[in-house]
This record gives sequence, C-alpha cells and structure tokens, in this order.
Amino acid sequence: MTPSRTAFAAILGKDLRAELRTLQSLPAMALFAVTTFVIFRFALDRTSLSGSLAAGVLWATLLFAAVLGINRLFVAEREEGGFDAIRLAPIDRSVLFAAKATALLVYLLALELVTVPVFAFFFLDSAAGLLPLLAVLILADLGLAATGTLISSMAVNSRARDLLVPLVLLPLVVPLMIAASGATEPILSLGGPAYDRFGTWLMVLGLYDLIFGLVGWAVFDFLLED
Amino acid sequence: MGEKQPPSEPAIRLAGLRRDYGERTALDGVGLTLAAGQSLVVLGPNGAGKTTLLRILATLLRPSGGEVVVLGCSLPSGAWKLRGRIGYLGHEPLLYRDLSGRENLRFHAKLHGIEREAAEARIAALLAASGMERRADERVAELSAGMRQRLAICRCVLHEPELLLLDEPDSNLDAEGRELARELIGPGGGHSRVVVTHDPERHLPEADQVLRLGIGEAAAVS
Repeated sequence: MTPSRTAFAAILGKDLRAELRTLQSLPAMALFAVTTFVIFRFALDRTSLSGSLAAGVLWATLLFAAVLGINRLFVAEREEGGFDAIRLAPIDRSVLFAAKATALLVYLLALELVTVPVFAFFFLDSAAGLLPLLAVLILADLGLAATGTLISSMAVNSRARDLLVPLVLLPLVVPLMIAASGATEPILSLGGPAYDRFGTWLMVLGLYDLIFGLVGWAVFDFLLED
Repeated sequence: MGEKQPPSEPAIRLAGLRRDYGERTALDGVGLTLAAGQSLVVLGPNGAGKTTLLRILATLLRPSGGEVVVLGCSLPSGAWKLRGRIGYLGHEPLLYRDLSGRENLRFHAKLHGIEREAAEARIAALLAASGMERRADERVAELSAGMRQRLAICRCVLHEPELLLLDEPDSNLDAEGRELARELIGPGGGHSRVVVTHDPERHLPEADQVLRLGIGEAAAVS
C-alpha cells in the first residue's frame, strides 16, 4: 500500500495546481459572493448591518458561493477518469475524501479572504468583530468541506448534479448554518463584539465537524464502488 | 508495489463468470485459465461484454456471479490485494487535461508509491520509449488523441504491473505509435496480457488463447 500521506499530498497538490492553472471555481465563487453583497446593499437599502441581519447576510452568501465550488469538486475525477485511476492504485480510498475536503477548505478560506473584507467594507461600522469571526469561519468551513465533499461525490455521477447538490446539501447544513449564525450574531452586534453563548455555538460547530468528518471518512470507500 | 504471485499460479482463472446490469446480462458463463506470462485476446461484436470483462478483471466492476481469481486474488473480496499489480488501458486515458503529460505521470507514480528518483528515471525512460519526450510538458488538453494514447500507455506500465488489461490499445495510434506501443505493452515483457480488440489480424498472432464473446451466445475459448 502507498502511504496515505503520499497519496493525500499527490491528490491535493494535483487539485490545487489544476485550480491555479484554470481558475474554474474560485473566481466564480468570489464574483458570486461580491455581487450578492452588492444586491443586499441596495435591496436592504442599508449602509450598516449588525447582529442577526449581518450574520444572515454573511452566511447565506458564503453558503451559496460554496455550493458553486462543491458542484465542481469531483468533475475532473468523473470526466477525466480520476476515479478509475484512484481505484486502481494501492491506496486507502478514504484518502481521496480527505484530500478533496482539504482542497475545498482551501477554496473556502481563499473565498473568505477576498469576500469578508468586502462584506466589512459594505456593511460593518467597525472591524473589531473580524478577529473572533475568524474562528467561526474556520469551524464552519471545516463542516462545509466535510459535508460538501460527501454530497459532491454522490451527486457527480448524476446528470442532474447541479440540482442535486443544493437539494441534498442545504438541508444537511441547516444545523451548521444555525450554529455559524448564532456564533456570528453577538460578535457583529452594534457597539462591538459580545460573547454571549459564543463558546457554546463554537462547540456545536466543532461537534458538527467531527460527526460529518467521521461519517465521510467511514462511508467514502463504499461510495466509490460500482 | 504489491506482492508477486507464485510462478505456478495462473494469471487469471474464471469459472461461470456472470455480470448483470439490472435486467440485462452482459456476461454469462465465461470460463478460462490463463497461465502467467501468456496473452489472451478477446474478440466479439459491440455490446458483447468485452469492456465489462476487462473492468471486472481490473477490480473496477464487481462480478454478479461465478468465480474470478486474478494473480491469485479472488474477486471481489481480494480486490485490495490486487491494486497496483494491474496496468489498465481503457477507453479513457485516465489523464487530467489541465496537467502536462509529465505531471500526470508523476501523479500516478505517487499514487503507486514509487520513490521520487526512481519515478523520474522511469518517467524519462517511458517518455523516450513512447516518442513523447518533446511534448511531455504540454497540457494534455493540447495534445492529439494519438499522443494522449501514447501517454496513457506510459501511465499503464509506469508501475511495472504483472498483468496488462488493454482495451483497443492501438486506437488513435499511427504506424510509428503502434510499433512503439508494441515495445511497451507487447508480449514477452514478463507480464500477462488481456487484449480486447476489433483488429484480430494484428493481435491474433500474439495470442496464446482467444476468447470469443457473442451477444446471447456462450463464450468460446480456443
């Protein structure tokens, strides 16, 4: 058997190199998010948001931008024979799940590196909440990466892939979005960050990450069977 | 790389192999024994189940019934012991279009656990042998179908497999490409081979055994 670390690095490196070369996912995700912020700005007719409204605008936008990347996560494996190549190699197939989830995590963090400053510029009076927001973003991204990778691998063989991913993914990430919004609301509140139940929501996010990370790792091998 | 099979072990042993796709039976009652180092040529019309047979032997499809033993591993239960010991050349080249040929081969070398220095030497040798040295750093998307097939052959033998499963190996190759391919995947390279072809004139002289698959007919071995 090839060491899992070697196979993981090979698959992750291949995905990141291909994305850097073609820019098929990240620019679309970022453009979608920025455009949505512009639409919210004019539709709400507000120059400043706080609390639950700010959290809602941020997470709804990031979630739907993430769906664009999740839709494309396994397209190369499906269309260019990557699934067969990986199934023929002497590797633990769960490594593919770990590498793809990590690639998606990198995309999400890169997306947020661009779009969260835009969100802050459009809607926030103060940047004081951005540091604690980083913890929420990382924990929510871990959950989105695990769930998104699992759903994307199931949907990629369907011709209705673009429809299937949001239909299956969105109900599964409802708890994640509730916890992410719950944790974001106090830190973006008017008058500066507050930390009411912030720790509790972070623990809920961590629990979600753990559950879906373990489920993905455990079932992924079976999803690759014919 | 996987463990080597004992020399006395046949490369392939099939008995009553069946594969169904829902209501339709693609293969039924296929049986044969192929000794190690020998070549089997599989003939038959479109839809006779040739590619299905190859994908079962490659562990990419599960048999619906019967006995399948490849390199001493019973399928599907022993499939994990077989991976890395098979070279599979299918209809798709299994190459990423946005990577260069060399990057694709490096990726496959890593998946097969080949050490970096050994991989570089092997890749250079294969690219030279396939006449792809000068185009190896171009993106696969920019190469012709014949050049992709040459790279796919390099990918297929990169990890020095014991058994080659070749589905129309000459497709898209010009005369020079066919000769170069013969050097890499032809008989006498120390590997066993299963070749699916619509060109019996070219491949029958190399065959130790021939399997003829028909639609709705019993498979015949000669």
